[in-house]
Amino acid sequence: MWQFFHKLGSPKWFYGIAGRFMPWLLGAGLLLSLCGIVWGLLFAPQDYLQGNSYRIIFIHVPTAFLAQSVYMMIAVAGVITLVWKMKVADVFVRSVAPVGVVLTLLALFTGAVWGKPTWGAYWVWDARLTSMLILLFLYLGIIGLGYAYSDEKTAARSVAVLAIVGVVNIPIIKYSVDWWNTLHQPATFRITEKPTMPAEMWVPLLLVVLGTYLLFGWIAFYRMQTEILRRERRTRWVRELVQTGGQSQLKTGGA
Amino acid sequence: MTEPLQQADHLLKAQRLECERDGRTLFRDLSFSIVPGTLTRVEGPNGSGKTTLLRILAGLNDNWSGHIHWCGRPRHKQWDSVRRNTLYLGHRPGIKGVLTPMENLQALVAGRQAVSRDVLSRALVQVGLGPWQNVPCEHLSAGQKRRVALARLLFADEPLWLLDEAFTALDVEAVAAVERLLADRVRDGGAVVMTTHHQPALDDMQRILLGHGPGQPAAEVSDEPVAEVSHG
Amino acid sequence: MGSRQPLAVPLLDPVNSSPGVWHAMVAVLRRDLRLSVRQKQDLLNPLLFFVMVVALFPLGVSPESSFLGEAGAGILWVGALLATMLSLDHLFRFDFEDGTLEQIALQPQPLFLLVLSKILAHWLVTGLPLVILTPLLGLMLYLDGNSVAVLCLTLLIGTPVLSLIGSVGAALTVGLRAGGVLLSLLVIPLYIPVLIFGTGTVMAAGSGADVSGHLALMAAMLVLALVLAPLAAAAALKISLSAS
Repeated sequence: MWQFFHKLGSPKWFYGIAGRFMPWLLGAGLLLSLCGIVWGLLFAPQDYLQGNSYRIIFIHVPTAFLAQSVYMMIAVAGVITLVWKMKVADVFVRSVAPVGVVLTLLALFTGAVWGKPTWGAYWVWDARLTSMLILLFLYLGIIGLGYAYSDEKTAARSVAVLAIVGVVNIPIIKYSVDWWNTLHQPATFRITEKPTMPAEMWVPLLLVVLGTYLLFGWIAFYRMQTEILRRERRTRWVRELVQTGGQSQLKTGGA
Repeated sequence: MTEPLQQADHLLKAQRLECERDGRTLFRDLSFSIVPGTLTRVEGPNGSGKTTLLRILAGLNDNWSGHIHWCGRPRHKQWDSVRRNTLYLGHRPGIKGVLTPMENLQALVAGRQAVSRDVLSRALVQVGLGPWQNVPCEHLSAGQKRRVALARLLFADEPLWLLDEAFTALDVEAVAAVERLLADRVRDGGAVVMTTHHQPALDDMQRILLGHGPGQPAAEVSDEPVAEVSHG
Repeated sequence: MGSRQPLAVPLLDPVNSSPGVWHAMVAVLRRDLRLSVRQKQDLLNPLLFFVMVVALFPLGVSPESSFLGEAGAGILWVGALLATMLSLDHLFRFDFEDGTLEQIALQPQPLFLLVLSKILAHWLVTGLPLVILTPLLGLMLYLDGNSVAVLCLTLLIGTPVLSLIGSVGAALTVGLRAGGVLLSLLVIPLYIPVLIFGTGTVMAAGSGADVSGHLALMAAMLVLALVLAPLAAAAALKISLSAS
């Protein structure tokens, strides 16, 4: 177990293992999300209240879900950075934070698009949308702090502290925003998955969510490989990889 | 908690220290011991990591790998004792311009040692700041401010002193006085580790050499220990 | 490698006793308060900023008593939040630059308690004056007596939370030359719950509801911040010091 943990900390070892997993992640992710999306968009029944416009949940829900979990993952990686000083954990944070921003933006955008037919306005200060907006701020803080320090270790540890503080705050933020929302708009329609959602709706949704997670894994590994190459560019193994038959491997690594 | 030291016990022992900064290795495989009753000068060209090494020894910088022992036990298991028994004076010694020398000393010392106002006052007189005791430090010269910081050495009870460029801005007489103070301290069994720009007129110095000349990063020297500690 | 001592050389034994934590905390607090009293700018600037920001709203939006009465609590809360945030950058910066922070970090007492002392000093010279000034500004914004009282109470509980959370941001950015703007970016999202509960409580009081539950919730946030923020700030300070 400890040996495995130790190995995981080695960027070189991780580079290799990531390369082996990536095709599977990509394949399975594409398969699941395509199935889910086709099913959801073409075959799932209409919503009795919202008609077809509800179908945007097949994009909105997975991105929103993932955006939140990615922040949690960053915080977990932050703990690993602080406690075990593992380089790969920081590589993960660096590579994944911009992905989190994109996911949050997508969730906000799809939420706004969904809002137009539902509320008649692109932006409504709904509890979920507001929480996503705050999540976007948290992400931007992490990225801003990460780029502010030129020294990689300092950046990594500072970002780790910030991410952990952010994660402690997320439940409080969520609770307070929900409370604020009921205070101001007691009777608006909320974007929620109704518990009574029929299986024809939630099964494809589940497929898309699973698929997006796998695709995220692929993107994360891809970006991590690139980051590892950048950081380890002066080491022997990277030089050898570049010079010898590693060229093709390098391309999949996305240099 | 801490036991009395045995003769010839090391106070602090560093093994295979390695430090990397901004992707450049400052030193590697650096091992040495600091023994009571010795004065050690860290030497090396600019940018060779002298200040960094001192900050590592003080416990301020933790971007390093290797082992540091304090009185025979790993240092990280006894931080309270290590902090209490190490006095670090950096080249920015924590002197506030709007406070008087007396207030500055009181604030700096409060958490470490119970020292009466009389003792502080005497120390300030001794470093030649008697008439300035109650003048805000912003009205003092750079050398005088440095003296405020160094006045701490007159009553400090820490066995290990880490002095980073302690002589900066001092005039010749003051430099000589500090050197005498350090020599006395070492004779009394204290340990001093310092960096200086000038060659101090002290005999019996240990040396820790960092870097191997300008333009040649220490990282390139692989197997041989970069540092050597010679005695005398 | 170590050298042998001649037997005659005396030894300094390690010192075991150091002044108590309480004594050290009081010393840090006293120094910071003394510094603030001597540098009146630090004391006055956030207050002036607070007053001016609040004055902008009647000028920029509307001086109608209906609008101000409705929005007053929010305006004052946002003003207090911004004023606190503006003063945060100084919390550790000067100490960091002149080496005081190193000396504090090297004291034998736990750093987070000494940091707590510094945060308390910060609140005493920024947060507390803001609270004291609030009744006056509340009257200028046509808030009724009950609302002003509840507003002051929420600020009294809320501004220490602002100082505490802000200290983490300040500690994370203290090593950066242009840390001020980034500091706001880091801290604002974390301030949102305090703002929501602060203004929400005043609003609930305005509609005649019992607000003791709201206040208890805010007090719980204060306790949580008191416990966690100094630890996080101390960890962040160690990182910043380590890089300098």
